[in-house]
Amino acid sequence: MTTYKEAQVLDVTGELCPMPVVKTRLALDKLTHGQIIKVIATDVASCDDMPAFARAQGHKLLEARSEKGTYTYWLQKGEGV
Amino acid sequence: MTTLGERIVLDAQTFNRLHAQSHKETDVRRLALVASKGTLDMAYPPLILATTAAAMGMEAGVFFTFYGLDILKKSKHNRLQVAPLGNPAAPLPVPNILGAIPGATAAATWVMNGMMRKQKMPTIGEFLALARQLNVRLIACTTTMGIMGVKKEDLLDGVELQGAAAFLEYASKAQVTLFV
Repeated sequence: MTTYKEAQVLDVTGELCPMPVVKTRLALDKLTHGQIIKVIATDVASCDDMPAFARAQGHKLLEARSEKGTYTYWLQKGEGV
Repeated sequence: MTTLGERIVLDAQTFNRLHAQSHKETDVRRLALVASKGTLDMAYPPLILATTAAAMGMEAGVFFTFYGLDILKKSKHNRLQVAPLGNPAAPLPVPNILGAIPGATAAATWVMNGMMRKQKMPTIGEFLALARQLNVRLIACTTTMGIMGVKKEDLLDGVELQGAAAFLEYASKAQVTLFV
């Protein structure tokens, strides 16, 4: 398994759509281009929402892992967003 | 840029500039919503969609008209209610006819607010704050304000006042428009 040097870990366990995406966006606003955020979620909607969010706002979804109902995402902040 | 008969041949630099420009233009996506209802259950969907759109980098604007205007009122936005009467899906496990008894609306509202809190969902007031933080345009319908005697100072700070034509112009440039 690849390890990432995340600048921040965001725990949105137990939160429903749209909060994982909204909180990830607000957290990314405080990071700089190239920095990585690790997001831990339990909302099954995040499986489609996080890739869609990353595509729409121009972030790179480095990896998504699913384990026993917990979904972990590593996103790298995109340029010019 | 050189012209070959009718064909225009662009040099790489010009092509890249124009391509970047057109890409940028089509890249701006917009969501325009109409929020026409002032009940707790109908206040959530437009605010959820608008904040999500803005979080994704889309432009988002919500036009609050008729009862939807209550969502923007200082005095009302945190006291919206959900009525069980004529709303069989409302969160109160009683037969629909009992929705008419006094206190049924307050009870259903209490239940729904509890459900939201249990799932860590923001309140309507918190959603409005998020929306403003993400630059969602919150637009109050001026005709509704006139009909219902609502003044600008009754509404939350940062709310815009607009008529139908201005909103339609904004919405006509949106890829997603929904009426709630």
